[in-house]
Amino acid sequence: MALTFEKTKGLTDVPTHYCPGCTHGIIHRLIAEVIEELGVLDKTIGVAPVGCAVLAYDYFSCDMFEASHGRAPAVATGIKRAKPDSVVFTYQGDGDLAAIGTAEVVHAATRGEKITTVFVNNAIYGMTGGQMAPTTLPGQVTETSPYGRDTQLAGFPIRVSEMISTLEGACYVERVSVDSVKNVLKTKKAIKKAFEYQLAGKGFSMVEVLSTCPTNWGLSPTEAMGWLRENMIPYYSLGVKKDIAGEVK
Amino acid sequence: MGNKVLMKGTEAIGEAAVRADCQCFFGYPITPQTEVAAYMAKKMPKLGRAFVQAESEVAAINMVYGAAGTGVRCMTSSSSPGISLMAEGISYLAGAELPCLIINIVRGGPGLGSIQAAQSDYFQATKGGGHGDYNMPVFAPSSVQEMVDLIQDAFDVADLYRTPSMVMGDGMLGQMMEPVEFREREPRRLPEKDWAATGLLGRTKHNVINSLYLEPEELEQHNTRLQAKYKTIQENETRYELFHCDRENDLILVAYGTTSRICKNVIKAAEKDGIKLGLVRPITLWPFPDQAFEETVTRTKFGYLSVEMSAGQMVEDVRLAVNGRKPIDFYGRTGGMVPHPDDILARVKQMVLEGVSLWH
Ligand SMILES: Cc1ncc(C[n+]2csc(CCOP(=O)(O)OP(=O)(O)O)c2C)c(N)n1
Ligand code: SF4
Repeated sequence: MALTFEKTKGLTDVPTHYCPGCTHGIIHRLIAEVIEELGVLDKTIGVAPVGCAVLAYDYFSCDMFEASHGRAPAVATGIKRAKPDSVVFTYQGDGDLAAIGTAEVVHAATRGEKITTVFVNNAIYGMTGGQMAPTTLPGQVTETSPYGRDTQLAGFPIRVSEMISTLEGACYVERVSVDSVKNVLKTKKAIKKAFEYQLAGKGFSMVEVLSTCPTNWGLSPTEAMGWLRENMIPYYSLGVKKDIAGEVK
Repeated sequence: MGNKVLMKGTEAIGEAAVRADCQCFFGYPITPQTEVAAYMAKKMPKLGRAFVQAESEVAAINMVYGAAGTGVRCMTSSSSPGISLMAEGISYLAGAELPCLIINIVRGGPGLGSIQAAQSDYFQATKGGGHGDYNMPVFAPSSVQEMVDLIQDAFDVADLYRTPSMVMGDGMLGQMMEPVEFREREPRRLPEKDWAATGLLGRTKHNVINSLYLEPEELEQHNTRLQAKYKTIQENETRYELFHCDRENDLILVAYGTTSRICKNVIKAAEKDGIKLGLVRPITLWPFPDQAFEETVTRTKFGYLSVEMSAGQMVEDVRLAVNGRKPIDFYGRTGGMVPHPDDILARVKQMVLEGVSLWH
């Protein structure tokens, strides 16, 4: 029988632990496919976060690290400086990257570390059971913003991609979404470009992926996709925020 | 070879690490050890090695985690408040069993404390510091020469047992100029780092650097393995010096690092008063040299006096080692104050001539 579909070699056969309808799985697969297509599986080293993706080290078939909460960009810095020929990526949630690990990602970016960060923004802390994240939208109800995020008390959501794109060391920053087939394909293209920039030694690259957490949003997977489209995309505009190739043109 | 050069402690640390094949240095400035970073910033790029000034000690120790996980020799250097920030990272290094070197040039605390020499981080270094059941070899040199020698040893022990190891000095040692000789030594036989995450490079099974074990049974097994390793380190790597302990002493002093040098002067001064003193000098603080007390406990009439630049930390290990067989006293200064030989001697006399022990 002719082979019509083959799972990417970038993933192991370990079944993931993600909730039904969670988009972490899609994003894993896109990264793994990019690694395989670029032919760099043999020299890629990934860094898993603390968050729902903590077990990502079991799912990617390349060499992997499990970092402490928020420190993946520092760990990736150590890896890349020790092994400059390797391809290094971090996979981080919004609590991991935009709260406890803000300093690490900002400084990895501004140093122009030749690493790629895939930033999964689901507007909530998934693993710990649905607390407010730095990316939680104004008015959004979470376990620790039970009356809706009050910006007078809890401040405003951080637009991480816009912030990182102001830094000279960042060479490519794009915000994408996985709410539709079209956007999933765009996400893959963005991740590929981010890895290509790393391979070309251009600097720090980041792809922010708007993602869902049906479990802690209290929605069905389909409803969650709709909520993302209606609430997240208007606040977190999609598109390329920085591309040094464009700038030097 | 065989050439002595005059060097400041902090710079000697850098040079010793370079000669021990340290490939990556990550650090954040803090007095009194910033010259280590300055030295490495000068040297490392010229050798094609990595130097990164991190955004914090938290980042620095996690960079160490990344580099160590790829199997290269790497290090960081800091002082007390910086080591506090590294605590979580050190626990991860211990859990993931990654070899690396951590320099701690201790200053007075708590809090921002002072920038003067202290030994008040003994508990932090030897009793965990970070969370979880782990230990880490801690070497305590008492001269610049010994610091240089112990840096090579600390790297070797780290590689041999897959553990972070610490060289702990104080501001005096760091700032002191002393003649040092960088000796060529027979390298220890070290195991292959086949566990390192280097990229597959043809390997079929991926390597994972990790300290997470979600199943309690698995985590317990991991801890059992770690404890067995710590026992082997205790058996093989415990180091101490006995000074004037091969005689019947009135009292034996216990001190490490800078205070041990002061104690040697006290021993000389006491001879004039007809008081015989010995010294137990732990060179590894963990593993603590219990054996040194087995060897000396019958040769001291009035027991032991622990002399520290702390409010009384190592003395607890002395008490455990002696286990009630002899009286134990403590003399310490804190806050960056250095014990004066006369004051130590006065305390010795209280114990020896008046039989008074002031420690609780
Ligand atoms: C130092 C530390 N603080 C807190 C935690 C607890 N913790 C684990 S995951 C997490 C939040 C993760 O949320 P996010 O990064 O948004 O990822 P998600 O789970 O949504 O994918 C927290 C706070 C921890 N493991 N370590
Ligand atoms: S809690 Fe949310 S983010 Fe985590 S696996 Fe479930 S759906 Fe995904």
